[in-house]
Amino acid sequence: MSNLSLFLVVFLSGVILVVGGLGLAILISPKSFNPQKGEPYECGIPTHGTSWMQFKAGYYLYAILYLMFDVEAIFLFPWATIVRELGVSGLTSILFFLLILGLGLAYAWRKGVLKWK
Amino acid sequence: MFQSYSQPLEFTNLTSWLDAALRENLPEFWAVFIELALVGVVLLAAYAVLAMILIYVERKITAFFQARIGPNRVGKYGIFQTVADVLKILIKEIIQINKVDKFLFYAAPFFMIVASVLTFGAIPFGKSLQAVDFNIGVFYVTAVSSLGIIGVLLAGWSSNNKYSMIGAMRSGAQFVSYELSAGFALMTMVVLSGTMQFSEMIENQAYCWNIFNGHISSLVAFVIYLISGHAETNRGPFDLPEAESELTAGYHTEYSGLQFGFFYLAEYLNMFIIASIAATVFLGGWMPLQISGWEGFNQLMWYIPSYIWFFGKVGVLIFLSLWVRWSFPRLRIDQLLNLEWKYLLPINLVNILVMVILVLTGLTLTDLF
Repeated sequence: MSNLSLFLVVFLSGVILVVGGLGLAILISPKSFNPQKGEPYECGIPTHGTSWMQFKAGYYLYAILYLMFDVEAIFLFPWATIVRELGVSGLTSILFFLLILGLGLAYAWRKGVLKWK
Repeated sequence: MFQSYSQPLEFTNLTSWLDAALRENLPEFWAVFIELALVGVVLLAAYAVLAMILIYVERKITAFFQARIGPNRVGKYGIFQTVADVLKILIKEIIQINKVDKFLFYAAPFFMIVASVLTFGAIPFGKSLQAVDFNIGVFYVTAVSSLGIIGVLLAGWSSNNKYSMIGAMRSGAQFVSYELSAGFALMTMVVLSGTMQFSEMIENQAYCWNIFNGHISSLVAFVIYLISGHAETNRGPFDLPEAESELTAGYHTEYSGLQFGFFYLAEYLNMFIIASIAATVFLGGWMPLQISGWEGFNQLMWYIPSYIWFFGKVGVLIFLSLWVRWSFPRLRIDQLLNLEWKYLLPINLVNILVMVILVLTGLTLTDLF
C-alpha cells in the first residue's frame, strides 16, 4: 500500500465523517420554524446592519508578517534535514538568509507594526 | 537493535496475521481494498472514541482542579456522560440562520474536521501503527494542521454575527502567529534528527530522547512548542477567540447541533494531536525507555507494548496542558501577540542556529550514559 492511497483513505474518511454525521443528524433531528430563530444571536438584542464590514488593520499586518516567515520555513525545512552533510558552508549561507529576515522583523518592530493600537 | 527483543503484545502481530489471511483467501485487489477500508474505519473509530475519552477526562480533571465532583450521574463515576452527550447532540435541531452565507457556513466544519483527521492519520500510535508515514512527516503535519484555521475564518465570516467575526479574526491572528513558533521548534528537532520522517525520528531516539540529545537547545524548543501548541488550540490562557464572557462562544456562536459538535470535536482532537506530536518529536514517541547495554532491562521494557508507552507520554502532556489551562488568567490580545513576535520568535531563530552549531561540533548525545 503506497502512502498516497493511504493519504486518500484518510482524507476520504474525514469527509465521510462530516457528511455521514450531518446526514444522520438531519434525518433524526426535529425541525421547527420560527422567524425569531433565524436571527443572528447577539445576546437577544436585534442586530444593527451587517457584520461583513471593514475590520481592524492590525490583524492584516500580522498576517503579512506571518507570510514572510512562513515562506521562509518552506526554505528552511529542506535545509534542516541535510544540515549535517552541508557542514559549515550550510550554516554560513543560511546565516545571511536568517539575518536578512531578522532585519525585516526588526524593521517592522521599529516601525511600530508589532504595537497593538 | 530493538527488533531482537520479544514483543508479545504488539499490534504488528495482529496486522501481519490479518494481511496474510486476506491475501491467501482473496484476490490481490480485494485484499488491498479491504485493508484500506479497515484503515479508514479504525481511524474514524479511534478519532471518535479518543475525543469522547478526552472530553470526559478534561471535565473530570477540571472538576478536581476546581474542587468540584464533575460528571457523576451517567454510569459509575459518570463515565458514560460523553456518550450521552454525543447522542444528545446528534438529535438536536440544526437551526437554519437566514442571514448567513450558506455555502461557506456549511463548508467550515469540513475544513476543521478534515484538517484534524489528516493530521491524526500521520501520528505514530505504536510500532507500525501509523496510517500515513510520509518521508516529510513533520512538514506534512505542520502543513495540514494549518488548514484548520481556514475553517475557523470561514465560520466567523459566514455567520454574519459580530461576535463570530471578532472571534474568528482573533483566532486567525493568534493561530498564524503561533504556527510560526511551533514550526520553528519542530525544525530545530529536524536539525537534530536529520530526518523529517516520524518513524526514523523515533528510531533515532531509541536510547536517548531528543529532549536530552540537544542539551539546553532542545529544552528551549520543547517549552516553545508546548506554549505555541497550547495557543494554537485556543485553550488555556490563550482562549480569547472564544472568550465566553465577552464573545458568547466566538467563531462558532451561530452553529447548533452536530455542526457545533464538529467544532468541539476538532478542538479536543487538536489538543491530543499537539500533545502526541510533542511526545513523538521530543519524548521518543512509542519507543520504550531503553538504556544501551542493559539488555535485561530493555527486554523488560519491551514487554509493555509500544502504544501503552505512547499514550502514557501523551497523557502526561495533556495533563500538563490542563494544568496550565486552569491555572492562568486569560491574556489580552496585545500581550498574546507580543509574547509571540517579540519573545518566542527571536528566541526560536537564535535557538535554531545554536542547535546547528551543536550538531556540527558533534556535541549532541546518542545515548544517555
